[in-house]
Amino acid sequence: MSEPSERTVTDPPKIITSRFGYDDAHTLLRYEGTNGYDGLKAALAKRPDEVVEEVKTASLLGRGGAGFPAGVKWGFCPPGVWPRYLVVNGDESEPGTYKDRLLMERDPHQLIEGVLIACYAIGCGQAFLYVRGEMALAQERLAAALNEAYTRGYVGKKIMGTDFSVDIVLHWGAGAYIVGEETALIESLEGNRGMPRLKPPFFPAAKGLYLQPTVVNNVETLANLPWILREGGASFAALGAEASKGTRMFAVSGHVKNPGVYEVEFGVTTFRDIIFAPIYGGGIRGGNELKAFIPGGASAPWFYDEHLDLPLEKGAVDKAGSMLGSGAIVVMDDTTDMVKAALRIVRFFARESCGKCTPCREGTGWLEKILERIDTGHGRRSDVDLLLDVCDNISPGIAWPPKQTTICPLGPSAVSPIASAVTRFRDEFEARLGGGEPVPVTVAISGGAYIGPAEPGPSANGNRQPEEVAAS
Amino acid sequence: MARLTAENEALALEIIARYPLPKSALIPLLHLAQEQDGWVSDDAMEHLAELVGVTPAEVLGTCSFYEMFKRHPVGTYLVGVCTNISCLILGGEELLAHAEDTLGIRAGSTTPDGTFTLEDVECIAACTEAPCLQVNYRYFHRVTHDELDTLVDDLRAGHRDDEIPPHGTLSRIRQRIPAGVAAGAVHPGDGGEPVWVASRPPPPKPNKG
Repeated sequence: MSEPSERTVTDPPKIITSRFGYDDAHTLLRYEGTNGYDGLKAALAKRPDEVVEEVKTASLLGRGGAGFPAGVKWGFCPPGVWPRYLVVNGDESEPGTYKDRLLMERDPHQLIEGVLIACYAIGCGQAFLYVRGEMALAQERLAAALNEAYTRGYVGKKIMGTDFSVDIVLHWGAGAYIVGEETALIESLEGNRGMPRLKPPFFPAAKGLYLQPTVVNNVETLANLPWILREGGASFAALGAEASKGTRMFAVSGHVKNPGVYEVEFGVTTFRDIIFAPIYGGGIRGGNELKAFIPGGASAPWFYDEHLDLPLEKGAVDKAGSMLGSGAIVVMDDTTDMVKAALRIVRFFARESCGKCTPCREGTGWLEKILERIDTGHGRRSDVDLLLDVCDNISPGIAWPPKQTTICPLGPSAVSPIASAVTRFRDEFEARLGGGEPVPVTVAISGGAYIGPAEPGPSANGNRQPEEVAAS
Repeated sequence: MARLTAENEALALEIIARYPLPKSALIPLLHLAQEQDGWVSDDAMEHLAELVGVTPAEVLGTCSFYEMFKRHPVGTYLVGVCTNISCLILGGEELLAHAEDTLGIRAGSTTPDGTFTLEDVECIAACTEAPCLQVNYRYFHRVTHDELDTLVDDLRAGHRDDEIPPHGTLSRIRQRIPAGVAAGAVHPGDGGEPVWVASRPPPPKPNKG
């Protein structure tokens, strides 16, 4: 079972959270006093292609969820097609995720410097900083920081006396999880409903904002660039392991003694370390047992005791059937009601489905309804299999990595936590089904309350249930 | 309610000018309209349509997609209690139920005096600080039931006016790009290699063989 971490876990090097100890880290004065804009200076002393090489040497993986190497992603822009745009994805909304907001609130200049380095390297004519609408403090801090940076000549025309010129436009979202998907982000930035575009042909690097080559990078990804340019890509790549270099921020939430956001060495630290080590999560609260944990945000399949010794490394976690995603670890102890947990996560996806693709729009809604009736004790004996059947319709085979019947991964994202919960804790779901005893029709006031007979047959109250509709 | 005031219209034009195409400014402009009136009225949407050169229906299409835009008046204070996974397992639903009791309304509705609107919200990126809530998008972390009651009393008494502006005002600091230092919006038709790329070409690749 869950044992406390045995090896001593020590403080890792701080790259992106190095200024978090200062209350005034968001001011230009503090930033300049702590190596601020030195990375930009180092970048401007190089050719753009050399900056790209430096980032490739660092093997910086995207920190938004997909974990694609940033330098390689930049290289997908077709040569000779101009202008190019940079869009910063600051729409952090994956349940469990809490890092980009901190980076924007506490150290906005670090992000601005990262944006400038990326624009210089890629040749972007303009950058848009898309910040989630609900993050008022982040918007205020970034607006103030940008105003300071413009005044000091770090942003705008002829940056630091060179021929490099770029505007960074601060843009706010308005409440939509789906906008975190990069093509939806671009639609939203064009002033439209944030619905994802079909890929192909709309790969942002080729046909992005205004159908021009566009690089979409996550906040944490860009926040690493000043350090990489200042200290060198090789120094960054010296940290971490295998395919996962540098450090990474993880939010450890839920039933741990010390919930918190921790910057750890990527690829070396294990789940056991980050959940149990005294300098991180500190173990499960109140002497309880670990029941399950989400390794990378609500979209990720769940992990259990047997996964604790996996390193926080992309390859290892992918191979074990889940993902590190957005660095969000949600720990659930043995008091957790798995039906409720699954219901709440699927309700999120049902609410946030943009409605463009039928399997996701209808499927997530049905999953929510079925789970709701199980939760309230009105579930039917066939409901657990019905859940898996609906999941299979959204993501055929319920495999990992998921297959899609939809344009974007939101639909399949709703499937993985449900499939995890139903497969691992099937007994908890079945225990809620009420024993299959038919209940009087009169209680079925708002529909969905009828518990059907064990054998398939017409419902006594005449309500047609989904699988009957499907069969007819 | 109203179209944008002359002052806000000038601000709207300044915002539009930052973008390569005017419609890109639509979401920031909808926020501006909401800041002016506390919600987004049909008149305001018609005005925005004129400013960015699209039909009012297109503005409504965008507006109605995003949860933060309220197309009817809401309370001065929008209280959003998170009940998503990290908060759920640490008392988020109980906190929401307590807020319903304290305010005397169900989630999704507004107090009769128009002071509070209560919402059951999705993850607001404060997962390690559960259970959490926002008032007009300002955070409150690890909130106990007593703290929620005190917060409600404070808001009613106006004791939090310095930190929490009325609903609609999102960022109290605006980005300003003075004309003298602006690099300028880059239109998608503005072809040509950027000067700093053209002036620093990569060295020619050595011929193989």
